Amino acid sequence: MNSENWTPDQPIVSIKDVHKSFGDLEVLKGVTLDVMKGEVICIIGPSGSGKSTLIRCVNALNDIQSGSILVEGQEVHDPKLDKLELRQKVGMVFQQYNLFPHKTALENIMMAPVLVLKEDKDEVEKRARALVKKVRLEGKENNYPGELSGGQQQRVAIARSLAMRPDVMLFDEVTAALDPETVKEVLVTIKELAQDGMTCILVTHEMGFAREVADHIYFTDRGVIVEHGPPDTFFDAAKDPRTKEFLSQIL
Amino acid sequence: MIEAFAEFFRQFAEEYPRWNFIFFHDERQFWRVVSGFQYTVILSIACVIFSVIIGIVGAWLQGSPLKWARRLVQGYIQFFRNTPPFVQLLFFYFALGQFTPTITGPDGWTEVPLISNVGWAIISLSFFAGAFNVEIFRAGIEAVPESTTEAATSLGFTRLQTYKEVVLPLSFRVCLPALNNNLVNLVKTTTQAVGIAVPELLYECLGIWNDYPSALYPTMLFLFVSFIVLVGILVYGMHRWEKAMKIPGYGG
Repeated sequence: MNSENWTPDQPIVSIKDVHKSFGDLEVLKGVTLDVMKGEVICIIGPSGSGKSTLIRCVNALNDIQSGSILVEGQEVHDPKLDKLELRQKVGMVFQQYNLFPHKTALENIMMAPVLVLKEDKDEVEKRARALVKKVRLEGKENNYPGELSGGQQQRVAIARSLAMRPDVMLFDEVTAALDPETVKEVLVTIKELAQDGMTCILVTHEMGFAREVADHIYFTDRGVIVEHGPPDTFFDAAKDPRTKEFLSQIL
Repeated sequence: MIEAFAEFFRQFAEEYPRWNFIFFHDERQFWRVVSGFQYTVILSIACVIFSVIIGIVGAWLQGSPLKWARRLVQGYIQFFRNTPPFVQLLFFYFALGQFTPTITGPDGWTEVPLISNVGWAIISLSFFAGAFNVEIFRAGIEAVPESTTEAATSLGFTRLQTYKEVVLPLSFRVCLPALNNNLVNLVKTTTQAVGIAVPELLYECLGIWNDYPSALYPTMLFLFVSFIVLVGILVYGMHRWEKAMKIPGYGG
Protein backbone atom coordinates (compact mmCIF):
# COMPACT_ATOMS: atom_id res chain seq x y z
CA MET A 1 0.00 0.00 0.00
CA ASN A 2 1.27 3.50 -0.68
CA SER A 3 -0.12 6.98 -0.39
CA GLU A 4 -1.45 7.05 -3.95
CA ASN A 5 -3.98 4.28 -3.43
CA TRP A 6 -4.88 5.14 0.14
CA THR A 7 -8.58 5.84 0.51
CA PRO A 8 -10.33 7.39 3.51
CA ASP A 9 -12.09 4.12 4.35
CA GLN A 10 -8.74 2.58 5.22
CA PRO A 11 -7.06 3.32 8.56
CA ILE A 12 -5.52 6.80 8.55
CA VAL A 13 -2.86 5.57 10.96
CA SER A 14 -1.92 1.92 10.86
CA ILE A 15 0.63 0.60 13.33
CA LYS A 16 1.77 -2.99 12.78
CA ASP A 17 3.98 -5.05 15.08
CA VAL A 18 6.19 -2.13 16.03
CA HIS A 19 9.35 -2.83 18.03
CA LYS A 20 11.38 -0.02 19.48
CA SER A 21 14.42 -0.13 21.77
CA PHE A 22 16.51 2.47 23.49
CA GLY A 23 19.84 0.66 23.66
CA ASP A 24 19.21 -2.62 25.42
CA LEU A 25 15.86 -1.53 26.74
CA GLU A 26 12.98 -2.67 24.57
CA VAL A 27 10.19 -0.16 25.03
CA LEU A 28 7.73 -1.38 22.44
CA LYS A 29 7.44 -5.12 21.93
CA GLY A 30 5.17 -5.56 18.98
CA VAL A 31 2.38 -3.00 19.08
CA THR A 32 -0.43 -3.13 16.55
CA LEU A 33 -3.32 -0.72 16.28
CA ASP A 34 -5.39 1.03 13.63
CA VAL A 35 -7.03 4.43 13.73
CA MET A 36 -9.77 5.37 11.30
CA LYS A 37 -10.35 8.87 10.02
CA GLY A 38 -12.29 10.95 12.52
CA GLU A 39 -11.70 8.46 15.30
CA VAL A 40 -10.51 9.47 18.76
CA ILE A 41 -8.40 6.91 20.54
CA CYS A 42 -6.88 7.10 23.99
CA ILE A 43 -3.80 5.21 25.04
CA ILE A 44 -3.56 4.70 28.78
CA GLY A 45 -1.23 2.74 31.00
CA PRO A 46 1.33 3.04 33.78
CA SER A 47 4.34 5.30 33.26
CA GLY A 48 7.15 3.67 31.39
CA SER A 49 4.78 1.46 29.46
CA GLY A 50 5.77 3.00 26.12
CA LYS A 51 2.69 5.15 25.42
CA SER A 52 4.55 8.35 24.66
CA THR A 53 7.23 6.54 22.69
CA LEU A 54 4.52 4.98 20.54
CA ILE A 55 2.97 8.26 19.47
CA ARG A 56 6.36 9.89 19.03
CA CYS A 57 7.10 7.15 16.51
CA VAL A 58 3.99 8.12 14.56
CA ASN A 59 5.49 11.45 13.49
CA ALA A 60 9.03 10.09 13.29
CA LEU A 61 10.41 11.92 16.32
CA ASN A 62 11.63 8.47 17.33
CA ASP A 63 12.68 5.78 14.89
CA ILE A 64 11.65 2.13 15.18
CA GLN A 65 13.59 -1.11 14.93
CA SER A 66 10.99 -3.18 13.12
CA GLY A 67 7.35 -3.24 12.11
CA SER A 68 5.58 -0.54 10.14
CA ILE A 69 3.68 2.66 10.76
CA LEU A 70 1.55 3.94 7.91
CA VAL A 71 0.03 7.40 7.87
CA GLU A 72 -2.46 7.73 5.04
CA GLY A 73 -0.83 4.71 3.47
CA GLN A 74 2.66 6.14 3.64
CA GLU A 75 5.41 4.36 5.55
CA VAL A 76 6.69 6.75 8.21
CA HIS A 77 9.99 4.98 8.70
CA ASP A 78 10.92 4.80 5.07
CA PRO A 79 14.27 6.60 4.82
CA LYS A 80 13.08 8.18 1.57
CA LEU A 81 10.03 9.66 3.26
CA ASP A 82 9.49 13.39 2.93
CA LYS A 83 9.38 14.25 6.63
CA LEU A 84 7.97 17.66 5.88
CA GLU A 85 4.93 16.11 4.21
CA LEU A 86 4.44 13.78 7.18
CA ARG A 87 4.67 16.58 9.71
CA GLN A 88 2.18 18.59 7.78
CA LYS A 89 -0.28 15.72 8.09
CA VAL A 90 0.45 14.89 11.72
CA GLY A 91 0.31 17.60 14.38
CA MET A 92 1.69 17.03 17.84
CA VAL A 93 1.07 18.66 21.22
CA PHE A 94 3.50 18.02 24.07
CA GLN A 95 3.26 17.71 27.81
CA GLN A 96 5.44 20.78 28.36
CA TYR A 97 3.69 22.85 25.62
CA ASN A 98 7.16 23.68 24.15
CA LEU A 99 6.09 27.05 22.77
CA PHE A 100 8.76 29.32 21.34
CA PRO A 101 9.32 31.69 24.27
CA HIS A 102 10.64 34.57 22.14
CA LYS A 103 7.50 34.77 20.00
CA THR A 104 4.05 36.02 20.91
CA ALA A 105 1.10 33.66 20.96
CA LEU A 106 0.05 34.78 17.49
CA GLU A 107 3.60 34.52 16.11
CA ASN A 108 3.91 31.02 17.56
CA ILE A 109 0.83 29.98 15.62
CA MET A 110 1.90 31.71 12.41
CA MET A 111 5.52 30.62 12.30
CA ALA A 112 5.24 27.15 10.81
CA PRO A 113 2.79 27.94 7.98
CA VAL A 114 4.82 31.00 6.97
CA LEU A 115 8.27 29.40 7.25
CA VAL A 116 7.59 25.79 6.38
CA LEU A 117 4.64 25.99 4.01
CA LYS A 118 5.69 29.41 2.65
CA GLU A 119 2.11 30.60 2.78
CA ASP A 120 1.09 34.22 2.45
CA LYS A 121 1.56 36.04 5.73
CA ASP A 122 -1.75 37.94 5.73
CA GLU A 123 -3.63 34.79 4.89
CA VAL A 124 -1.91 32.90 7.70
CA GLU A 125 -2.60 35.72 10.13
CA LYS A 126 -6.32 35.54 9.38
CA ARG A 127 -6.29 31.83 10.00
CA ALA A 128 -4.21 32.24 13.15
CA ARG A 129 -6.67 34.79 14.54
CA ALA A 130 -9.53 32.40 13.85
CA LEU A 131 -7.63 29.69 15.69
CA VAL A 132 -7.00 31.99 18.65
CA LYS A 133 -10.73 32.48 18.82
CA LYS A 134 -11.35 28.77 18.54
CA VAL A 135 -9.16 28.02 21.55
CA ARG A 136 -10.74 30.97 23.38
CA LEU A 137 -7.66 33.13 23.77
CA GLU A 138 -8.90 36.39 22.27
CA GLY A 139 -6.97 39.28 23.72
CA LYS A 140 -3.88 37.14 24.38
CA GLU A 141 -2.56 37.27 20.80
CA ASN A 142 0.31 39.57 21.64
CA ASN A 143 1.29 38.00 24.93
CA TYR A 144 4.47 36.00 25.19
CA PRO A 145 4.26 32.40 26.45
CA GLY A 146 5.89 33.43 29.73
CA GLU A 147 2.95 35.72 30.41
CA LEU A 148 0.35 32.99 29.97
CA SER A 149 -0.83 30.29 32.35
CA GLY A 150 -0.04 26.66 31.63
CA GLY A 151 -3.51 26.00 30.32
CA GLN A 152 -3.37 29.04 28.05
CA GLN A 153 0.04 28.03 26.75
CA GLN A 154 -1.19 24.55 26.02
CA ARG A 155 -4.12 25.97 24.05
CA VAL A 156 -1.70 28.13 22.05
CA ALA A 157 0.29 24.94 21.37
CA ILE A 158 -2.86 23.23 20.12
CA ALA A 159 -3.64 26.19 17.85
CA ARG A 160 -0.02 26.18 16.63
CA SER A 161 -0.37 22.56 15.53
CA LEU A 162 -3.78 23.19 13.96
CA ALA A 163 -2.37 26.04 11.90
CA MET A 164 -0.60 23.44 9.76
CA ARG A 165 -4.03 21.93 8.97
CA PRO A 166 -3.08 18.40 10.00
CA ASP A 167 -5.21 15.33 9.36
CA VAL A 168 -4.18 13.65 12.61
CA MET A 169 -3.41 15.19 15.98
CA LEU A 170 -1.20 13.52 18.58
CA PHE A 171 -1.58 14.59 22.21
CA ASP A 172 1.21 13.47 24.53
CA GLU A 173 -0.06 13.76 28.12
CA VAL A 174 -1.01 17.33 27.43
CA THR A 175 -2.64 17.98 30.78
CA ALA A 176 -0.05 16.22 32.94
CA ALA A 177 1.92 19.39 33.66
CA LEU A 178 -1.09 21.63 34.26
CA ASP A 179 -2.61 22.97 37.44
CA PRO A 180 -5.87 21.15 38.16
CA GLU A 181 -7.98 24.24 37.53
CA THR A 182 -6.61 24.72 34.01
CA VAL A 183 -6.89 21.09 32.95
CA LYS A 184 -10.54 21.50 32.09
CA GLU A 185 -10.10 24.35 29.61
CA VAL A 186 -7.60 22.28 27.64
CA LEU A 187 -9.79 19.20 27.69
CA VAL A 188 -12.76 21.23 26.45
CA THR A 189 -10.65 22.44 23.54
CA ILE A 190 -9.63 18.89 22.63
CA LYS A 191 -13.20 17.69 22.96
CA GLU A 192 -14.43 20.34 20.56
CA LEU A 193 -11.72 19.34 18.16
CA ALA A 194 -12.83 15.73 18.35
CA GLN A 195 -16.43 16.76 17.78
CA ASP A 196 -15.34 18.64 14.64
CA GLY A 197 -14.14 15.30 13.29
CA MET A 198 -10.40 15.60 13.86
CA THR A 199 -8.62 12.28 14.15
CA CYS A 200 -6.98 12.30 17.57
CA ILE A 201 -4.55 9.98 19.28
CA LEU A 202 -4.23 10.85 22.95
CA VAL A 203 -1.91 9.58 25.61
CA THR A 204 -3.62 10.54 28.82
CA HIS A 205 -4.11 9.92 32.50
CA GLU A 206 -7.51 11.63 32.52
CA MET A 207 -9.74 8.58 32.73
CA GLY A 208 -13.02 10.47 32.94
CA PHE A 209 -12.07 12.42 29.85
CA ALA A 210 -10.95 9.29 28.00
CA ARG A 211 -14.24 7.64 28.73
CA GLU A 212 -16.16 10.68 27.52
CA VAL A 213 -14.39 11.44 24.23
CA ALA A 214 -12.66 8.27 23.09
CA ASP A 215 -14.07 5.88 20.52
CA HIS A 216 -11.57 3.30 21.56
CA ILE A 217 -9.27 2.81 24.53
CA TYR A 218 -5.95 1.00 24.43
CA PHE A 219 -4.25 -0.10 27.63
CA THR A 220 -0.49 -0.60 27.35
CA ASP A 221 1.85 -2.12 29.88
CA ARG A 222 5.55 -3.01 29.49
CA GLY A 223 5.58 -2.35 25.78
CA VAL A 224 2.54 -4.31 24.69
CA ILE A 225 -1.16 -3.58 24.29
CA VAL A 226 -2.74 -5.59 27.06
CA GLU A 227 -6.36 -4.86 26.35
CA HIS A 228 -8.47 -2.58 24.20
CA GLY A 229 -12.07 -1.85 23.51
CA PRO A 230 -14.78 0.82 23.41
CA PRO A 231 -14.76 2.94 26.57
CA ASP A 232 -17.83 1.45 28.24
CA THR A 233 -16.74 -2.16 27.87
CA PHE A 234 -13.18 -1.26 28.72
CA PHE A 235 -13.90 0.61 31.94
CA ASP A 236 -16.81 -1.50 33.17
CA ALA A 237 -15.79 -4.96 32.11
CA ALA A 238 -12.02 -5.12 31.88
CA LYS A 239 -10.87 -8.70 31.55
CA ASP A 240 -7.12 -8.70 31.97
CA PRO A 241 -5.87 -8.69 35.57
CA ARG A 242 -3.24 -6.06 34.75
CA THR A 243 -5.90 -3.72 33.39
CA LYS A 244 -8.05 -4.32 36.42
CA GLU A 245 -5.19 -3.57 38.75
CA PHE A 246 -4.31 -0.37 36.91
CA LEU A 247 -7.90 0.83 36.85
CA SER A 248 -8.40 0.05 40.51
CA GLN A 249 -5.38 2.18 41.36
CA ILE A 250 -6.43 5.10 39.27
CA LEU A 251 -10.20 5.28 39.49
CA MET B 1 39.10 78.83 25.65
CA ILE B 2 41.45 75.98 24.70
CA GLU B 3 44.38 78.28 25.42
CA ALA B 4 42.96 78.99 28.89
CA PHE B 5 42.57 75.28 29.50
CA ALA B 6 46.20 74.62 28.50
CA GLU B 7 47.35 77.57 30.55
CA PHE B 8 45.59 76.24 33.63
CA PHE B 9 47.46 72.89 33.42
CA ARG B 10 50.73 74.68 32.72
CA GLN B 11 50.27 76.68 35.94
CA PHE B 12 49.16 73.53 37.75
CA ALA B 13 52.37 71.71 36.74
CA GLU B 14 54.45 74.61 38.01
CA GLU B 15 52.72 74.56 41.37
CA TYR B 16 52.66 70.76 41.74
CA PRO B 17 55.70 69.44 39.83
CA ARG B 18 54.66 65.79 40.10
CA TRP B 19 51.32 66.47 38.45
CA ASN B 20 52.39 67.65 35.02
CA PHE B 21 49.41 66.95 32.77
CA ILE B 22 51.67 67.51 29.80
CA PHE B 23 49.23 66.14 27.23
CA PHE B 24 46.83 68.96 28.13
CA HIS B 25 49.25 71.79 27.45
CA ASP B 26 51.81 70.40 25.00
CA GLU B 27 50.36 69.95 21.54
CA ARG B 28 52.68 67.11 20.47
CA GLN B 29 51.94 65.08 23.59
CA PHE B 30 48.24 65.79 23.13
CA TRP B 31 48.24 64.24 19.67
CA ARG B 32 50.23 61.25 20.92
CA VAL B 33 47.49 60.52 23.42
CA VAL B 34 44.75 61.03 20.81
CA SER B 35 46.47 58.73 18.35
CA GLY B 36 47.01 56.08 21.03
CA PHE B 37 43.37 56.29 22.01
CA GLN B 38 42.33 55.84 18.39
CA TYR B 39 44.45 52.72 18.04
CA THR B 40 42.99 51.28 21.23
CA VAL B 41 39.46 51.91 19.95
CA ILE B 42 40.25 50.38 16.56
CA LEU B 43 41.86 47.33 18.17
CA SER B 44 38.92 46.91 20.52
CA ILE B 45 36.23 47.19 17.87
CA ALA B 46 38.03 44.91 15.39
CA CYS B 47 38.79 42.27 18.02
CA VAL B 48 35.23 42.35 19.41
CA ILE B 49 33.77 41.82 15.94
CA PHE B 50 36.18 39.09 14.84
CA SER B 51 36.09 37.24 18.16
CA VAL B 52 32.28 37.15 18.09
CA ILE B 53 32.34 35.81 14.53
CA ILE B 54 34.89 33.17 15.57
CA GLY B 55 32.65 32.30 18.50
CA ILE B 56 29.52 31.80 16.39
CA VAL B 57 31.28 29.81 13.68
CA GLY B 58 33.17 27.73 16.26
CA ALA B 59 30.04 26.90 18.23
CA TRP B 60 28.31 25.91 15.00
CA LEU B 61 31.25 23.67 14.01
CA GLN B 62 31.21 22.10 17.46
CA GLY B 63 27.68 20.87 16.79
CA SER B 64 28.74 19.50 13.42
CA PRO B 65 28.36 15.80 12.68
CA LEU B 66 31.91 15.80 11.28
CA LYS B 67 34.33 14.43 13.83
CA TRP B 68 37.39 16.23 12.50
CA ALA B 69 35.58 19.60 12.62
CA ARG B 70 34.68 19.11 16.27
CA ARG B 71 38.23 18.01 17.08
CA LEU B 72 39.70 20.99 15.30
CA VAL B 73 37.56 23.38 17.33
CA GLN B 74 38.39 21.52 20.53
CA GLY B 75 42.12 21.75 19.81
CA TYR B 76 41.81 25.43 19.03
CA ILE B 77 40.01 26.12 22.30
CA GLN B 78 42.51 24.12 24.35
CA PHE B 79 45.44 25.98 22.85
CA PHE B 80 44.11 29.50 23.06
CA ARG B 81 42.38 29.17 26.39
CA ASN B 82 45.22 27.45 28.20
CA THR B 83 48.15 29.62 27.12
CA PRO B 84 48.83 33.26 28.09
CA PRO B 85 47.55 35.79 25.56
CA PHE B 86 50.80 37.74 25.78
CA VAL B 87 52.81 34.69 24.74
CA GLN B 88 50.34 34.09 21.90
CA LEU B 89 50.82 37.64 20.73
CA LEU B 90 54.62 37.28 20.68
CA PHE B 91 54.31 33.92 18.95
CA PHE B 92 52.07 35.31 16.22
CA TYR B 93 54.23 38.36 15.60
CA PHE B 94 57.74 36.97 15.94
CA ALA B 95 57.25 33.33 14.89
CA LEU B 96 54.44 33.34 12.35
CA GLY B 97 55.33 36.86 11.23
CA GLN B 98 58.56 35.52 9.74
CA PHE B 99 56.69 33.34 7.30
CA THR B 100 54.28 35.92 5.95
CA PRO B 101 55.08 37.47 2.59
CA THR B 102 56.32 41.03 2.34
CA ILE B 103 55.19 43.74 -0.01
CA THR B 104 56.80 46.94 -1.21
CA GLY B 105 56.09 49.73 1.23
CA PRO B 106 54.54 53.13 0.49
CA ASP B 107 57.95 54.73 -0.11
CA GLY B 108 58.48 52.42 -3.06
CA TRP B 109 61.69 50.73 -2.02
CA THR B 110 61.48 49.18 1.48
CA GLU B 111 59.90 45.77 1.97
CA VAL B 112 57.21 45.72 4.66
CA PRO B 113 55.38 42.64 5.96
CA LEU B 114 51.93 41.99 4.54
CA ILE B 115 50.52 41.82 8.04
CA SER B 116 51.62 44.72 10.24
CA ASN B 117 52.01 44.54 13.99
CA VAL B 118 48.52 46.03 14.29
CA GLY B 119 47.24 43.24 12.05
CA TRP B 120 48.91 40.57 14.17
CA ALA B 121 47.57 42.11 17.35
CA ILE B 122 44.02 41.97 15.94
CA ILE B 123 44.47 38.37 14.75
CA SER B 124 46.06 37.14 17.95
CA LEU B 125 43.65 38.85 20.34
CA SER B 126 40.62 37.84 18.27
CA PHE B 127 41.65 34.20 18.35
CA PHE B 128 42.29 34.45 22.07
CA ALA B 129 38.91 35.96 22.93
CA GLY B 130 37.23 33.85 20.22
CA ALA B 131 38.19 30.63 22.04
CA PHE B 132 36.22 31.81 25.06
CA ASN B 133 33.36 33.00 22.87
CA VAL B 134 33.01 29.52 21.34
CA GLU B 135 32.50 28.09 24.82
CA ILE B 136 30.11 30.89 25.73
CA PHE B 137 27.96 30.36 22.64
CA ARG B 138 28.06 26.59 23.07
CA ALA B 139 26.74 26.95 26.62
CA GLY B 140 23.97 29.18 25.26
CA ILE B 141 23.00 26.67 22.59
CA GLU B 142 22.98 23.86 25.14
CA ALA B 143 20.70 25.91 27.38
CA VAL B 144 17.91 25.77 24.77
CA PRO B 145 15.81 22.79 25.84
CA GLU B 146 15.71 19.90 23.41
CA SER B 147 11.95 19.82 23.79
CA THR B 148 11.73 23.30 22.22
CA THR B 149 13.71 22.26 19.17
CA GLU B 150 11.66 19.08 19.03
CA ALA B 151 8.50 21.15 18.79
CA ALA B 152 10.02 22.96 15.82
CA THR B 153 10.92 19.62 14.23
CA SER B 154 7.40 18.32 14.73
CA LEU B 155 6.08 21.41 12.92
CA GLY B 156 8.22 20.57 9.91
CA PHE B 157 11.08 23.04 10.46
CA THR B 158 14.32 22.02 8.77
CA ARG B 159 17.48 21.87 10.90
CA LEU B 160 18.65 25.21 9.59
CA GLN B 161 15.26 26.86 10.19
CA THR B 162 15.23 25.50 13.73
CA TYR B 163 18.73 26.83 14.27
CA LYS B 164 18.05 30.24 12.81
CA GLU B 165 14.56 30.88 14.15
CA VAL B 166 14.61 29.14 17.52
CA VAL B 167 18.04 28.06 18.80
CA LEU B 168 20.09 31.16 17.97
CA PRO B 169 17.63 33.82 19.18
CA LEU B 170 17.16 31.97 22.46
CA SER B 171 20.79 31.05 23.07
CA PHE B 172 21.99 34.55 22.28
CA ARG B 173 19.88 35.92 25.09
CA VAL B 174 21.23 33.32 27.46
CA CYS B 175 24.88 34.02 26.71
CA LEU B 176 24.85 37.83 26.57
CA PRO B 177 26.01 38.33 30.20
CA ALA B 178 28.94 35.93 29.75
CA LEU B 179 29.77 37.45 26.38
CA ASN B 180 29.70 40.88 27.99
CA ASN B 181 32.33 39.78 30.53
CA ASN B 182 34.60 38.31 27.91
CA LEU B 183 34.43 41.39 25.71
CA VAL B 184 35.26 43.62 28.66
CA ASN B 185 38.34 41.48 29.27
CA LEU B 186 39.21 41.67 25.61
CA VAL B 187 39.16 45.47 25.55
CA LYS B 188 41.51 45.55 28.53
CA THR B 189 43.78 42.90 27.00
CA THR B 190 44.38 45.10 23.95
CA THR B 191 47.00 46.92 26.08
CA GLN B 192 49.23 43.85 25.69
CA ALA B 193 49.73 44.86 22.08
CA VAL B 194 52.33 47.21 23.52
CA GLY B 195 54.59 44.12 23.53
CA ILE B 196 54.84 44.19 19.74
CA ALA B 197 55.00 47.99 19.58
CA VAL B 198 51.44 48.66 18.45
CA PRO B 199 51.11 52.41 19.14
CA GLU B 200 47.97 52.09 21.24
CA LEU B 201 47.14 54.05 24.36
CA LEU B 202 49.48 52.26 26.79
CA TYR B 203 52.37 52.48 24.29
CA GLU B 204 51.93 56.24 23.91
CA CYS B 205 51.50 56.77 27.64
CA LEU B 206 54.69 54.81 28.37
CA GLY B 207 56.45 57.03 25.86
CA ILE B 208 55.16 60.17 27.50
CA TRP B 209 56.18 59.29 31.02
CA ASN B 210 59.59 58.12 29.82
CA ASP B 211 60.12 61.46 28.13
CA TYR B 212 58.60 63.49 30.97
CA PRO B 213 58.98 61.80 34.37
CA SER B 214 56.96 64.65 35.87
CA ALA B 215 53.96 63.36 33.86
CA LEU B 216 54.03 59.86 35.36
CA TYR B 217 51.07 60.21 37.75
CA PRO B 218 48.81 62.19 35.43
CA THR B 219 49.45 59.79 32.56
CA MET B 220 48.63 56.77 34.69
CA LEU B 221 45.52 58.49 35.92
CA PHE B 222 44.58 59.25 32.35
CA LEU B 223 45.09 55.58 31.39
CA PHE B 224 42.79 54.37 34.12
CA VAL B 225 40.11 56.94 33.34
CA SER B 226 40.28 56.17 29.61
CA PHE B 227 39.68 52.48 30.17
CA ILE B 228 36.92 53.08 32.68
CA VAL B 229 35.19 55.23 30.06
CA LEU B 230 35.83 52.82 27.18
CA VAL B 231 34.68 49.73 29.06
CA GLY B 232 31.82 51.74 30.53
CA ILE B 233 30.55 52.55 27.05
CA LEU B 234 30.80 48.88 26.03
CA VAL B 235 28.99 47.67 29.14
CA TYR B 236 26.30 50.32 28.77
CA GLY B 237 25.72 49.29 25.16
CA MET B 238 25.60 45.60 26.04
CA HIS B 239 23.11 46.23 28.85
CA ARG B 240 20.90 48.29 26.58
CA TRP B 241 20.99 45.45 24.09
CA GLU B 242 20.22 42.87 26.76
CA LYS B 243 17.25 44.93 27.86
CA ALA B 244 15.98 45.43 24.32
CA MET B 245 16.09 41.68 23.73
CA LYS B 246 14.38 40.74 26.96
CA ILE B 247 11.26 38.66 26.46
CA PRO B 248 8.35 39.40 28.80
CA GLY B 249 7.90 36.52 31.23
CA TYR B 250 11.03 34.68 30.12
CA GLY B 251 14.18 34.19 32.18
CA GLY B 252 15.39 36.45 34.95
